[in-house]
Amino acid sequence: MDDLQSLPLHDLHVDLGAKMVPFAGYEMPVQYAAGVMKEHLHTRAAAGLFDVSHMGQVILRGTDVAQAFEALVPVDVMGLGEGRQRYGFFTNDDGGILDDLMFANRGDHLFVVINAACKAADLAHMRANLTGVEIEEITDRALLALQGPKAEAVLATLAPEVADMRFMDVRTVALCGAECWVSRSGYTGEDGYEISVPEDAAETLARALLDHEDTLPIGLGARDSLRLEAGLCLYGHDIDTTTSPVEAGLQWAIQKVRRTGGAREGGFPGADRILRELTEGASRKRVGLAPQGRAPMREGVPLFAADDSADQIGTITSGAFGPTVQAPVSMGYVPIDMAAPGTIISAELRGKRAPVEIAPLPFTPANFKR
Amino acid sequence: MKFTEEHEWLRPEGDEIVVGITEHAAEQLGDIVFVELPEVGTEVSKDDECVVIESVKAASDILAPLDGEITEVNEALVNDPGKVNEDPMGDAWFFKIKPSEPEQMDDYMTEKEYQDMIS
Repeated sequence: MDDLQSLPLHDLHVDLGAKMVPFAGYEMPVQYAAGVMKEHLHTRAAAGLFDVSHMGQVILRGTDVAQAFEALVPVDVMGLGEGRQRYGFFTNDDGGILDDLMFANRGDHLFVVINAACKAADLAHMRANLTGVEIEEITDRALLALQGPKAEAVLATLAPEVADMRFMDVRTVALCGAECWVSRSGYTGEDGYEISVPEDAAETLARALLDHEDTLPIGLGARDSLRLEAGLCLYGHDIDTTTSPVEAGLQWAIQKVRRTGGAREGGFPGADRILRELTEGASRKRVGLAPQGRAPMREGVPLFAADDSADQIGTITSGAFGPTVQAPVSMGYVPIDMAAPGTIISAELRGKRAPVEIAPLPFTPANFKR
Repeated sequence: MKFTEEHEWLRPEGDEIVVGITEHAAEQLGDIVFVELPEVGTEVSKDDECVVIESVKAASDILAPLDGEITEVNEALVNDPGKVNEDPMGDAWFFKIKPSEPEQMDDYMTEKEYQDMIS
């Protein structure tokens, strides 16, 4: 992957004044002229359009595809109704997380969206382990996200029926004459939609959405600060093969039917550890962290029990200044006995110790249309 | 006024030098969200890290451009770091330094040389 790949909307981004950077092997817009701060605040106030076409889109077909998929994820796939989407993750035999993903029941197939950086490994993992399932990587579609409290009003100008969708509904919708696969979901903590669009219609659709006075294009920079304030994990940072779903606080995504005593208990990689941790708890936990000063504390900053204690208890996995919170916000792992909100611990930044408070997640309230 | 390769501007004011970052640097850094200033009275050597600024993207250091003593810092930036984006060449200066080797100023670029460097 020496050569950067450019995505269907590359020229549009350049046209819109984007600063393009390499990301997971693709040339991506990190910000536009407005800048990260304004883009972030605009998304929380109105509507932001994100190009996330670097993410992997995969269709799984087969008579027992839901059952087969359950062998790779600790999530209820068979019980997911048609036209509904769910969050999940591939686990490994140690109970670590290989990637997190969204999957939708689209009637005769599952539609799965995976992280760009994990795409090749995920496809290999599925090809090796999903027997009797046809695996099709979709490479002729762009993926857009329209996020924010005005997202519904903006998208409804092109297709009024999207207003009827609830959080995590998926539908096929004609947008600008193209067959789009739309879900009511996102990665910002705001209401909104994710739209898989044929690549030859992507620019027309993007321009139509941007034509609305409430919409601004938003880059990866603001995407990161939005998801961080929303308490959402970034794969490779907050979760990876060394973190289990229970440590990561993702047990809400493991439905009862896959847990101990459930009808389809276990049967996924790492089940021993994950089921045990669901019952007994894990020894550490991902928490929100509110640095008490003004300095942002980013990934890699070491955490200590107190200002005068020498033993490192954890590490910050994501951190930035939160434009909506108007303060620095971070996430990281701490021992379970220090994970209660309100606990004050210590972080070492540029050789100096500074207090950090364990904060409830999310930092900003979720604003979904349930 | 003189300019450094590190995108600082240096403006003589009496026997002190006022130090800030250029418009170009502020634009490249993006929205500034945090500024940590040195203490007044600190003796610094050329290239010592003396200011930390953090933008929405990353942390960067501002190096002391000269040997000398920090005589004043712009406290207003601590509570309003965004000023650095709004007026980097004016109100948003970082500190004043009283140089012990004023001739170190001669090593730095003129405005024209700086503009040529960034263009």
